[in-house]
Amino acid sequence: MIRTEELLLNVGPQHPSTHGVFRIIVKLDGEVITEATPVMGYLHRGTEKLAEDLNYTQIIPYTDRMDYVSAMTTNYVLCHGVEKMMGLEVPERAEFMRLIVMELQRIASHLVWWGTYLLDIGAMSPFLFAFRDREIIINLFNELCGARLTYNYMRVGGVKWDAPVGWIDKVREFIPYMESKLDEYHRLVSGNEIFLARIRGVGAYDAQTAIDYGLSGANLRSTGVDWDLRKAKPYSIYNRFEFDVPLGKNGDCYDRYLIRLEEIRQSLRILKQAVEQFPSSGDVMGKVPRVIRPPAGELYVGIESPRGEIGVHIVSKGKAEPYRLKFRRPSFVNLQILPKLLVGETMTNLITILGGIDIVVGEVDC
Amino acid sequence: MSDEKEKELEQSAEPKSEEAAPAEAAPAEATPAAAEATPKPAAESAPSAPAAPAVDPEREAKLKAAAEARAARAAAKAAAEAGGEAPAAAAPAGAGGEVDPEKAAKIAAAAEARAARAAAKAAAEGGEAAPAEPKPPSPKQPQLDEAAALIRASVAEDAIEEAYINELNDHMPTLVIRADRLVEACRLLKTRTGQDYTYLRNVSGVDYETHLEVVYHLVSLNSKNELAVKVKTNREQPGIPSVVPVWETANWNEREIYDLLGIDFPGHPDLRRIMMPDDWVGHPLRKDYVPLDPEV
Repeated sequence: MIRTEELLLNVGPQHPSTHGVFRIIVKLDGEVITEATPVMGYLHRGTEKLAEDLNYTQIIPYTDRMDYVSAMTTNYVLCHGVEKMMGLEVPERAEFMRLIVMELQRIASHLVWWGTYLLDIGAMSPFLFAFRDREIIINLFNELCGARLTYNYMRVGGVKWDAPVGWIDKVREFIPYMESKLDEYHRLVSGNEIFLARIRGVGAYDAQTAIDYGLSGANLRSTGVDWDLRKAKPYSIYNRFEFDVPLGKNGDCYDRYLIRLEEIRQSLRILKQAVEQFPSSGDVMGKVPRVIRPPAGELYVGIESPRGEIGVHIVSKGKAEPYRLKFRRPSFVNLQILPKLLVGETMTNLITILGGIDIVVGEVDC
Repeated sequence: MSDEKEKELEQSAEPKSEEAAPAEAAPAEATPAAAEATPKPAAESAPSAPAAPAVDPEREAKLKAAAEARAARAAAKAAAEAGGEAPAAAAPAGAGGEVDPEKAAKIAAAAEARAARAAAKAAAEGGEAAPAEPKPPSPKQPQLDEAAALIRASVAEDAIEEAYINELNDHMPTLVIRADRLVEACRLLKTRTGQDYTYLRNVSGVDYETHLEVVYHLVSLNSKNELAVKVKTNREQPGIPSVVPVWETANWNEREIYDLLGIDFPGHPDLRRIMMPDDWVGHPLRKDYVPLDPEV
């Protein structure tokens, strides 16, 4: 008989596979996890408190720094919420610009996930491919707004900058390129036996659990629940485009992997339609009062970010600053299921499962 | 008309006049109806409305017609420009031909926007002129009534403090429930057919200075109906029963509210601070929060 003793192991806060300052304390029996306790707050900056002293335009840069892998969608949710409250019209061209950057952002975000996830699992080269292709999107954004990560691109009532000459053509060229690369990714990784052995059936849960835990995005859809806010609660101009919502059925890491890659393909489909219908002229900024003062009242609105439902709850007292601003962050909510999934798993699977959830710590801690 | 509206007008006055300029320059051959109501009088009439609440419906109609006529004229002009000038401009430079249709489209778009705005304004004035007309019931009213009736019947007659439609938020049905009845009511909202609010989207805590409030945003994944549930509590001994037994996802959300606003959630399995360090003093999202150590 081998005598085993319970071991308390600290993972993080500085650990490469947590993709940020996130810490998890695990109790181990041999190599099997018996208890896991996530510890958060290392990146808590008090965005919600800071926002109470800022006007709405000043808050937009803060949203960049929440989900810094997908800043465009976080930008959007705040502007969208304020526009809804004030009943502002967004010009057609601005809506197209927003939709195009958000879908490009979704692709870029999934590429970061794909690359780093495989890196966590032990495959080095996919990371390089993913970042090579993501670089094209980052350069497009750089041309648009002069930033590579924290764009501060959207404004209440439209977007800050119009597309430079030839920009839309570059997006158009990117679509077939990315489609061919996506096939390459599948050929390279998706059928790899070592990879399949690592992620198939790992971290599985059923639809009921996913709903109870309030999961969203690929984490929810991997169980077969058809819930994508772009379809379920259409916002922006998504109802004008044809695309499918990929669903899984086993709720494991492999399904989440396939869904995210398929979402890249669907985003490309949306982009293809969007660049064809892109209005050749028009304003990118609607008529907005000089000082943005949403009427007194409150509003909650959620949109589909690459990680799930990102929402904003605005409580306004009719002033230029929000009385209370609460962000519903998908990474924070999705991460809740982690301790439950880890019990009974091995240490190696901790990385696989955590990576499969796809968190951004800037968003977990807000 | 309220002060707010006047302020709004002040703020938007400049961009409006900029826009109005091309329209005023164009109509030399204006029809009598259009001449009577250029954009300026329309804008100026707004602040004077409180003095004479009964706006002449005839004038309204005229205004509307004028706006339409103006838009049509601008569109026609734009079309003429695009058709007539483009070939002429093509001679000096190839670039000229490219710019013109774009410019024409821009003008057309601006005209359309102007017309839409004028129509909206006319409609708004019409609405204010006839306050006696009752507001049409919200499309979400039946949904709210059904949920409220169910809770009143199955939980307690006095379980609901208030039930209203939040028009600002796409007519979100909102229930204010008494804290001691919350868990029971939530369980009903989640499980009862016809309600089926299985998905808890968001939990927010708000400090209203007179009291604290927690808002639960629910959605049904089948019917796509939304519902907001609110619970109020005092600021001195704030406590709201935990809804973790109903929706697991409330767990970290309630911990966050406890941490940042100091609301106790009796029945929560593991109520600890989640964002701030464990030895932190105070709850930062309170409106009267003062850091213990101002250096930090």
